[in-house]
Amino acid sequence: MSGFRDVCSSSSGSVNVMIGVSPAEERDDNPAAALSSEDSSSPEETVRGAELDLALGLSIGLNSRRNHHHSKVRSFSSSLASSSSSLTRESGTKRSADSSAAASKGPVAIGWPPLRTYRINSLVNNQAKSLATEDDIQKDTTKNGVKKDDVGFIKSSMLVKVTMDGVIIGRKIDLNALDSYEALAKTLEQMFFHTPSSVTTRCKGSELLDGSSEHIITYQDKDGDWMLVGDVPWQMFLGSVKRLRIMRRAGETGGGK
Amino acid sequence: MNYFPDEVIEHIFDFIASHKDRNSISLVSKSWHKIERCSRKKVFIGNCYAINPERLIERFPSLRSLTLKGKPHFADFNLVPHEWGGFVHPWIDALAKARVGLEELRLKRMVVSDESLELLSRSFASFKSLVLVSCEGFTTDGLASIAANCRHLRELDLQENEIEDHRGQWLNCFPETSTALTSLNFSCLKGETNLAALERLVARSPNLESLKVNRAVPLDALTRLMSCAPQLVDLGVGSYENEPDQESFVKLMDAIKKCTELRSLSGFSEVAPLCLTAFYPICENLTSLNLSYAAEIQGNHLVRFIQFCKRLQRLWILDSIGDKGLEVVASTCKELQELRVFPSDLHDEEDNDTAVTEIGLVAISAGCPKLHSILYFCKQMTNAALITVAKNCPNFIRFRLCILEPNKPDHTTSQSLDEGFGAIVQACKGLRRLSVSGLLTDKVFLYIGMYAEQLEMLSIAFAGDTDKGMLYVLNGCKKMRKLEIRDSPFGNAALLADVDKYRTMRSLWMSSCEVTLGGCKRLARNAPWLNVEIINENENNDLMERNEEDEREKVDRLYLYRTVVGARKDAPPCVTIL
Repeated sequence: MSGFRDVCSSSSGSVNVMIGVSPAEERDDNPAAALSSEDSSSPEETVRGAELDLALGLSIGLNSRRNHHHSKVRSFSSSLASSSSSLTRESGTKRSADSSAAASKGPVAIGWPPLRTYRINSLVNNQAKSLATEDDIQKDTTKNGVKKDDVGFIKSSMLVKVTMDGVIIGRKIDLNALDSYEALAKTLEQMFFHTPSSVTTRCKGSELLDGSSEHIITYQDKDGDWMLVGDVPWQMFLGSVKRLRIMRRAGETGGGK
Repeated sequence: MNYFPDEVIEHIFDFIASHKDRNSISLVSKSWHKIERCSRKKVFIGNCYAINPERLIERFPSLRSLTLKGKPHFADFNLVPHEWGGFVHPWIDALAKARVGLEELRLKRMVVSDESLELLSRSFASFKSLVLVSCEGFTTDGLASIAANCRHLRELDLQENEIEDHRGQWLNCFPETSTALTSLNFSCLKGETNLAALERLVARSPNLESLKVNRAVPLDALTRLMSCAPQLVDLGVGSYENEPDQESFVKLMDAIKKCTELRSLSGFSEVAPLCLTAFYPICENLTSLNLSYAAEIQGNHLVRFIQFCKRLQRLWILDSIGDKGLEVVASTCKELQELRVFPSDLHDEEDNDTAVTEIGLVAISAGCPKLHSILYFCKQMTNAALITVAKNCPNFIRFRLCILEPNKPDHTTSQSLDEGFGAIVQACKGLRRLSVSGLLTDKVFLYIGMYAEQLEMLSIAFAGDTDKGMLYVLNGCKKMRKLEIRDSPFGNAALLADVDKYRTMRSLWMSSCEVTLGGCKRLARNAPWLNVEIINENENNDLMERNEEDEREKVDRLYLYRTVVGARKDAPPCVTIL
């Protein structure tokens, strides 16, 4: 049966590439395909959340046997935390740029899925809005229309950058879509801490605020000083905040911007 | 031998518009080279570091229109540091000094400053058109200079730029005498808009065909705008998250009905479904529809709208439309040429049955015979579906499939997707652009190398097993211009196998692959006509024990490109040019 080997050995002119050959045949002829089919038929795929990790761990693990320098890749492909399938690379000591991130064991967003920041922000805005202001919207809008003075008007957004130690890519958050520190903490929790893997530090939004978590939220104000979030009334905070940073409490390795 | 006077030849050349053709003409003979270069009005530079402005001006003294691209494509996904480069200022400066009669400037992924815009606005008396796509570094102050000083401005088109909004009055800066505007797009501006200034501007621009406003333009303002610009062909609307009241709705619909020339609709970054229905009267005229930012509209509303859009040629939509919705598109939009389906929800919702799958893709391919470009984000795919798509649509020019989860196999057979993509490249003989995803082995690259003869741009992520994969592509795809690879196990052997290949390509990007510093250094030595850039961004530079001299160290990001002007002088510290 024509197969991978045939394809390799014939010249391009007369080859009949085996498109659409049944899986059984393919598996026999094609070691690569056999490997990939083995990869995915893991019996441990029970819990949906863990499924991604395990399946990928297996498939990449097998790959990495053949390429022993190739880093393992684990995918946290769900949450808004990375707004993308974020990947952690556990690299050897020779890798440079990613080592710090890997060592910190935080989620690392590396531009996947391939969507422009502009577009991701528009989704983030929508998510943040629906998270924080669902109650408000229900109060403000009726089924048939809106308050007279509000026809078509929309609050302009107040986007501030949020960085987290150990995460290379910063995110943006619309503070005008939130109404309190609790909402902020919850949103940040969703953005940075929600992953299916339990390797990342589990963290509740409230913990971020009250100091019981390993991370704290800080912000840079108009004067350039870094302050702890939560000390001043929310509206005052909105007036002076320029950017946010989620810092790790202990053993923090400097280098923030 | 030329039997015609130069003027006649020049006149003939005027009919030849495509850059490729004009480049070919200039190679025919010395005399044709001269005539061509002296008469050339439009120049396209795909990589701003491949050449410098001085040489450009020397060769094309009659330049009127310049297109420049800066950062590599993966900069869109935050893989390139902001300070990497792509500054337009030296270009504008040089063109100004040489008194080039610049009329059009189109920039993509470049860094533009307010100073640059100011200089631009003051240096070219006939300047007509500014198009900025995915640029950054400027504010609305820069826009104010353009508005104020470019007396003959016809087009100001800002697409997805990062613009610092000083909430100033840049719209006010268009002089009252400015009536030549044909296109105004400021949809990416985040701040509030001076509505009165905008309305006055639109009212005095009878030639305005394209207007794209930002989120801050409310419904009643939009109604007034449309009322005084019924000649609009292309409209981008703002955000309307609240349902309009009856009166506003009726007024809006009346205004829309008068826009009988309207062919293209976009914007809608938040829109209550009722607002969408106001556009029903002109649906059947639409040829282009971009609802890809309308994250809050549910699939059924989208579908109801699209059902009326029988003439649609271009559709950008969110995956909330679902497979069922795509089936409706397939049966309604028989003229469809380009489709983009973006993800609406980057959570992994367990019960997200409404996202699109291979079923939607197959339906589209079956129903839309003119389809030639597709960008499709989905959570799952099968070989069988891709094979069917290939059979249904052999005319693809661009085929970009992004399965959200890296390395995901065919979900029915657990096989890799090699066969599916293989079918695509084999059937689509005119394929110029391809993005692959899902679980892929070296085999898919064997197919690509064998069949994708017209392929110019290939994007690879999390694919392949060995260097052979990349080699198949480099050896096979004769027309390859841009190759971008991330997180794939290709290393030095592939990189170095055929150095001369890079003469025929614009650029190569490799990130998180297996190439080492030593390999890159060797390449740079063997190819002095290449800029081999290593990008290494580290927050904790001082704490890293990076041994710079260790040649076995893997390179995190490699970007190489051919150039005739050597290493650039404006590289930031995180970029090393070998």
